[in-house]
Amino acid sequence: MMVHLKFGALREVHWHEFAIRFALGGAMTVTAGAIASRFGPAVGGLFLAFPAIFPASVTLVEKHVRQRKEEKGLRGARRGKEAAALDARGAALGGVGLIGFGGTIYALIEHSAVMALVAATALWASISVLAWLWQRRLWA
Amino acid sequence: MTDALVRFLIGGLAVSFFAMLADVLRPRSFAGLFGAAPSIALATLVLTVSQRGAAFAAIEGRSMMVGAVALAAYSGAVCLLLQCRRWHANAAAFVAFPVWFVIALGLGFGAGLL
Repeated sequence: MMVHLKFGALREVHWHEFAIRFALGGAMTVTAGAIASRFGPAVGGLFLAFPAIFPASVTLVEKHVRQRKEEKGLRGARRGKEAAALDARGAALGGVGLIGFGGTIYALIEHSAVMALVAATALWASISVLAWLWQRRLWA
Repeated sequence: MTDALVRFLIGGLAVSFFAMLADVLRPRSFAGLFGAAPSIALATLVLTVSQRGAAFAAIEGRSMMVGAVALAAYSGAVCLLLQCRRWHANAAAFVAFPVWFVIALGLGFGAGLL
């Protein structure tokens, strides 16, 4: 399947689910800053890759797919878990990309903060997409 | 207090942006990449550089590499629990948390970063 956008999927997300993700993201950013202040940047840096949002995201994926399938009279439980597993597999590949993000920040941020953040994000995206394409060929 | 509020707002916006991208992208495994997007890192590092300087942020970036290894392993563990053990997503995601802590702290201490 080609990569594509499905804007209709946003209609499945309730406003309180957007609010939960916003609150979790905000809370984790405050927490990461507090950890770095209290224990130093070496410990704080670890928590920049803490899976704070992931449990909520993967649970929503399972719930939405299960509901959609059950509305069509299909067995939604199994499909929900399969969709959540695919989401988790993608996050594992994105985690590999995040190693590149951290390395780029370490190497470049003392030269130019803006360049480091842009380059690190671009490298995260590149590594993640390449890893995803590689695993897709592997599983095909 | 103002600093915490600014962090909260920037972090919330960054996470929501990447989460919405994940909502609309298909196939599902590709959307999953955004489950490990550097949303919190971007929000935090922008503020860190302006408040504590680039050297502080560079050390955070170095440790983040270790955290990212742990995140990849954690996500892989969740995937296995869902695919092989047929657990519910919320149970798998919470039960696998020790994987992140053990690998992040183990590698961090092992590499002499902590």
